Amino acid sequence: MSAMLLHKEKWSEFTGKLSGKNLWAPAVQGEMKKFARVAEGQTVHLDEDNTTVPPKALVFPQTETLCRFSLGQTDLELPGLDEEMVLLGVRPCDARAMALVEKLFRWDFEDPYYLERRERTTLIGLACNEPDLNCFCSSVGGGPASPEGLDILMSDLGESYLLEDITEKGKALVEEFKDLLEEAPADAVKQKEQLVEDAVAKIKWNVDPEGIPEALPQLWEDPLWEKVSAACLGCGICTYLCPTCHCFDIQDEVEGPAGRRCRMWDSCMFAEYTKHTSGHNPRPTRRERTRNRINHKYSYFVDKFGVIACVGCGRCSNLCPVNIDLIDILRQVKAAR
Amino acid sequence: MKNHDNPYIPYTATVEEAWNETGGERCIKTFKVILDDPAVRDSWSHRPGQCAMIGVLGVGESMISISSSPTEEGYLRFSVMKAGKVTTALHQLEAGDKMTVRGPYGNSFPVDDWKGKKILTVGGGIGQAPLRPIVEYVKANLGDYAGLTTIYGARTSGDLCFKQEFAELEKVDGINCHLSVDLEEEGWPHYVGFVPSLLMEVNPSPENTIAITCGPPIMIRFVLENLKKLNFADEQIYTTLENRMKCGIGKCGRCNAGNLYVCKDGPVFSYAVLKDVPEAFA
Repeated sequence: MSAMLLHKEKWSEFTGKLSGKNLWAPAVQGEMKKFARVAEGQTVHLDEDNTTVPPKALVFPQTETLCRFSLGQTDLELPGLDEEMVLLGVRPCDARAMALVEKLFRWDFEDPYYLERRERTTLIGLACNEPDLNCFCSSVGGGPASPEGLDILMSDLGESYLLEDITEKGKALVEEFKDLLEEAPADAVKQKEQLVEDAVAKIKWNVDPEGIPEALPQLWEDPLWEKVSAACLGCGICTYLCPTCHCFDIQDEVEGPAGRRCRMWDSCMFAEYTKHTSGHNPRPTRRERTRNRINHKYSYFVDKFGVIACVGCGRCSNLCPVNIDLIDILRQVKAAR
Repeated sequence: MKNHDNPYIPYTATVEEAWNETGGERCIKTFKVILDDPAVRDSWSHRPGQCAMIGVLGVGESMISISSSPTEEGYLRFSVMKAGKVTTALHQLEAGDKMTVRGPYGNSFPVDDWKGKKILTVGGGIGQAPLRPIVEYVKANLGDYAGLTTIYGARTSGDLCFKQEFAELEKVDGINCHLSVDLEEEGWPHYVGFVPSLLMEVNPSPENTIAITCGPPIMIRFVLENLKKLNFADEQIYTTLENRMKCGIGKCGRCNAGNLYVCKDGPVFSYAVLKDVPEAFA
């Protein structure tokens, strides 16, 4: 791993040059902040707030084509490969989420759509100096400068950015921009470490997940599920905007003789999600659906892949229209066990 | 996008024969299909209990149990109840029509571990479809097993699947067939009553026996209760679960019962495992 320094006076040149590489960076669009394509030559402005929509939307699009066909024919046409892309300003929690979801998409049957797009994406992360209101990454195995999933980690040192390459892909990109960079002095790395320490100290919520995966199956019939889901509207925003949620539906769409099979985000918070054709629904109310959401992240995923499928980004708590708070649920789980 | 090993891309198959098993609004139709690509046909191998995603392009796919046994070579059989959008489209298919197939998916009944034992299947309605490959497999290898007893029932005689096959099966030495209908029916020579009651009537001994049950959830519940009354140990009892599925390969999320994906960890479970799974009988 090399540590390089990018002075901020060279930022505009840096992002301008990067923009020739199918660059995506956070941008405000209406009421939402999301990753948007950076026009060639344009400068990127990064600030502290994370995006409303996680960058998962770029490697796992809300709707994507699995194959195309013509009605009455049996030939299936696969979509072409997406252009390689660079994501700038990805928060460590969101990059870590991609690394976690990748475990599932690699499990047994490899998912070529996710994995190939992931392969063709370079993630340049931005460490968090100012955690957001509901951040709790350090409780669930991450941190404000966690490198997991990133190719390059960037830290804002005030006058300059510190660039640390994490992967070979990241190393190659740093190499390409070496004219704009200089070797980082030892005190720059020290300064970054201090910023990380300060950022961790500023995180308001701390929950020790120790014991939660084991406790959840025991609390199956606990009244807490009734309580924590009572206000739920079933809108699904907690899952749509969750960087680790990966559930999808598959549907065929037909227009004239042309058809396509596509997959689109789905949510375990929707009644239709598990409803059988017979009308029977094994998860008939929001109590069962909320219980599944928490169990999936904090127990089932742990059983299968040895890690909690939550990165502590706080989006589900930030964006819930009725203020259902994940931290509160986790505390209730800990109290009930 | 590379084509190789893309698990979402189905094979094409041609319907060789199709016939109605039952009538009515939710009728059951059986399809005997042949995979179009000879290389795929040759490399295809499945075990009793496994499923496949079958479908119609432009409509979608459904997870359906493969109701033919691996001992029936060269073709696959699916028995499909007309229930929703995809199964209704499948019901339109006749001999010569195309369907899509991908799979086989899921685990299977450990039929080879059961060699030397007596096999007891207890089915209801469309639930006989996943049991049929066991029946056919054991029938084809009858010398390897200590016997086969099938208990099968439906609401009326018109709702029973595989009637002709049961008529043939009854004649085989070493196989006992018991059929039932829920309601009195003129000319019905067999048992009248629910499947769990017929099970008690047949009164099978648990000794050296494996019991496999599949059918409507309410039937499964009472069959399990009655098997326990007959002193079957949890390890001697198997069943299959079904849940809504989209991908069939453990990615789309929805088919889990507790921490088990029905599509990958199932659909076959021993009761010893299932009794501790929180959503197994939800």
